[in-house]
Amino acid sequence: MSLNLLPDRTGERRVVRARLWIAASMIALLMIALVGRIGYLQVAQYEQLSARSQDNRIRMAPLTPTRGIIYDRQGRILAENRPAFRLSVIPEQAGDLSDLLGRLDALIGVSDAEREAFAEAQSRSRRFQEIPLKLQLTDQQVARLAVNRHRFPGVEVRPDLNRYYPYGNSASHVIGYVGRINEQELRERDQRRYRGTSRIGKTGIERFYEDRLRGEMGLERIETNALGRSLEVIDRVPPTPGEDLHLTLDIHLQQTAENVLGDYRGAVVALDPRDGAVLALASQPGFDPNALTQGLDRAAFQQLSEDTRQPLFNRALRGRYPPGSIVKPFLGLSGAAAGYINPNEPLYCNGTFELPDVERVWRDWRPEGHGRIDLIQAVAQSCDIYYYDLAERMGIDAMHDWMSRFGFGRSTGVDLPGERTGIMPSRDWKREALGEPWYLGETINTGIGQGFTLATPLQMAASTAIIANRGRPIRPHLAASADVEPSKPIGESVMLKNERLWQIAIDSMVEVVHGVRGTARAIASSDYKIAGKTGTAQVIGIAQDEDYDEDIIAERFHDHALFTAFAPANSPRIVVAVVVENGGSGSQTAAPMAAEIIEQWLKSTNEHGDLALEKR
Amino acid sequence: MNMAIWPSKSANPPSGPRYGGWLQRSLHVDGVLLALLGLLAAIGMVVLYSAFGSRMDPIQDHLVRLGVGFGLLLVVARIPPWRLSRLTPWVFSLALILLIAVLVFGQVSGGARRWLDFGIIGFQPSELMKLALPMMVAWILANGSLPARFGRSLVILIVIAMPASLIGVQPDLGTALLVGVAGVAVLFLAGLGWRFIALITSLLAAALPLLWIFGMQDYQRQRVLTFLDPERDPLGAGYNIIQSQIAIGSGGVFGKGWLNGTQAHLEFIPERHTDFVFAVMAEEFGLLGVIALLMLYSTIIARSLWIAHEAQDNFSRLLAGGLALTFFVYCFVNIGMVSGLLPVVGLPLPLISYGGSAMVTLLTGFGILMSIHTHRRMWPS
Repeated sequence: MSLNLLPDRTGERRVVRARLWIAASMIALLMIALVGRIGYLQVAQYEQLSARSQDNRIRMAPLTPTRGIIYDRQGRILAENRPAFRLSVIPEQAGDLSDLLGRLDALIGVSDAEREAFAEAQSRSRRFQEIPLKLQLTDQQVARLAVNRHRFPGVEVRPDLNRYYPYGNSASHVIGYVGRINEQELRERDQRRYRGTSRIGKTGIERFYEDRLRGEMGLERIETNALGRSLEVIDRVPPTPGEDLHLTLDIHLQQTAENVLGDYRGAVVALDPRDGAVLALASQPGFDPNALTQGLDRAAFQQLSEDTRQPLFNRALRGRYPPGSIVKPFLGLSGAAAGYINPNEPLYCNGTFELPDVERVWRDWRPEGHGRIDLIQAVAQSCDIYYYDLAERMGIDAMHDWMSRFGFGRSTGVDLPGERTGIMPSRDWKREALGEPWYLGETINTGIGQGFTLATPLQMAASTAIIANRGRPIRPHLAASADVEPSKPIGESVMLKNERLWQIAIDSMVEVVHGVRGTARAIASSDYKIAGKTGTAQVIGIAQDEDYDEDIIAERFHDHALFTAFAPANSPRIVVAVVVENGGSGSQTAAPMAAEIIEQWLKSTNEHGDLALEKR
Repeated sequence: MNMAIWPSKSANPPSGPRYGGWLQRSLHVDGVLLALLGLLAAIGMVVLYSAFGSRMDPIQDHLVRLGVGFGLLLVVARIPPWRLSRLTPWVFSLALILLIAVLVFGQVSGGARRWLDFGIIGFQPSELMKLALPMMVAWILANGSLPARFGRSLVILIVIAMPASLIGVQPDLGTALLVGVAGVAVLFLAGLGWRFIALITSLLAAALPLLWIFGMQDYQRQRVLTFLDPERDPLGAGYNIIQSQIAIGSGGVFGKGWLNGTQAHLEFIPERHTDFVFAVMAEEFGLLGVIALLMLYSTIIARSLWIAHEAQDNFSRLLAGGLALTFFVYCFVNIGMVSGLLPVVGLPLPLISYGGSAMVTLLTGFGILMSIHTHRRMWPS
């Protein structure tokens, strides 16, 4: 056998030529297939398709469903639809678009925001689809367009419904608003359901219940003339309107909550501890959803979103604050239930607390101390030393386990988008989050709700409801209908071996308001017993990149004022959590706000006769 | 003509005088191909005139672009294949770098990054890759013996996958598939073993469900679903398919006559100057017109395959064949899509659709074919 390492070029040419013939045969076959397919359409299907092309003076147009109306618990309208005229452009028929926009601008005015939104919608639409340009035409604009109809081919003026929020800024974070749908939102959803709709719920209830509120698109078949202009509606499949939605929110209570906050930045959450129905969820400052629905231009939106007061930020749901002394009833209950302390056995408070081998001295808020003090008084007077001692006894991991059962460091699962979860620290948490070991001093700080501990106002209210309900957790919700999406509370009921401890915890909170030395005794003039707890949380620092403004900085170093409460103490109908950013002390700023809300709610529900007030 | 027996790998192609007459020898133009392409372009303008509703100005634009395309064709035809072969790795690397650049710096339009903006002109690197990839595959194959060994074939598959996936993530799945097809076509012509072909086909079949779940954007899934049942979304993706089939079918055997297509003029055919121009043509000229057009395409493809058949070295042979097959795939995919045989892929009808970049690329490809054909030499006697 001879070795032949030389490639055989003739053979190679033969290989390629053979493949060329194979390719040619395949091409011939596929060409015949194409002729076959087109022959099938043009010969076998000719009559049918020809008839359809005759019919093709018929255009199909999507019919936008009416969006469901949102009501508060008394049937007052929070979001409705108002008739309006919308101007749309069909690019394929419109010719030169920039010229058209220029002429429209001269006739009726086209804002930059409208141009931007139009350009964005155009980039993802097909050229034969209608793209909305102006969502709300005035009567004058409609009239001008009607007169100049012939100058604007491809421009359609259509009756439309606009979303309107009669209460304006009130409850704006809860209800949310609808706005023009953007590309990302469209990509996340079934696009077919949004044909003919230009809007989508952006935040709040409008977003969370988007699928229920939206409804289903209808179709209209319209006969057109040779230029495509509509002549007559031939038939229509009507759209299915969106479902109306009833909320548990009481808009009057909501307005009160917003009024008591006034010019402060802060949040108020009020809920019914029996079923978790949210009665008010205020975050101040708010914003005007009507302006956002009509579409702000980029500059105005930027101004709104960069405002240092953060009006778009839902503090009740997303603001995370150190809970401060709010944690004391929970920790006291935990310590007693787990046997670290005897609630009746007093501790001597001299105003300072020290750890062996640690130089630092922890001080009480009251420099001279509280003297001999038991659990109930430690809550009522908010004694820090008692809780430093308890924290040292329990250790951070036991505190973490117990506080988690009360919902600290957990989300509540409310039916609103974007809820943030607080932090209840532990050794494991710190190792994972910061990669550092835990120090004993941090345990002591955690005993008074400072250090790493963070909670949202909503979560503080939900936790307070667990004490009000003697262990039964609730899932806060805003939709009143029975089929609220997930209705089961997050977390198990808190079971105590000694049921009497619940009464001690409640009594200690009643003592806060009604005790002679209670930190919130100033609000005790009411007709019923309020159980509450004040909190004054230190603001740890201020970010370096914030604007340097002496007044603002000074003000933003003030403590946050907190108060949680429920009433009437022994048959609770309302739980309130108040957080006032830089409000100073909980007892002076936050507690009176809560009292006003409780007062209004109990009086109004009593007028409706479903509550026999528990007189003092 | 002497029997071509090349004794070894290092042997040069024949160095005798060139074939053909003046046109071939001086201008490096294949008269047959040029005439066919010119005829096609002329038909294209007639159809476009109707599709634009008897407007002349876009036709003038179109004519300018055709001029640019044919000019580029003449320039490229002068580059001899051996020089083209030497340039190939550089052209391919450049195209690859530009594809990466487009992902980083590219202009976003319609949710995809496809364009590089060079001030005066926008440029789609994927267009360059449509030529660079078959060149690269032919170059690798021509450097070894044919049919390619298993290892070399695997390397080539990777070379194909790189640009295809870069284009796929833009995302431009249609172009990614076509670029991939151009590479695979060359591999096929090089005598890729049938067992290897079977293996790849079954692997691809197995990968399809994965592509469906992980590789596709939602709109792409919608397109496939709508292809299977256009009536499920009659106002959206299904609209094009339904309306273009009505247009084609209502044309019948003889057509409605030039400028008389109601579907086209009532603006029921979307994108009727670009991707769906075939529907306009089928409506107005009927089955007879369609057959004539397909015959013209077939003749161009046949001539291109013949050029591959007659080419004198492996690089030219494989590249010419690959370009011919790719041209066919473009025709088939566009007409198949417009007539409802294939799902909607945004792809123009070669040399007829209005629009610049794809047409210029195609004509450049034909320039390469002409270069291959007109640089052949007779064997010195």
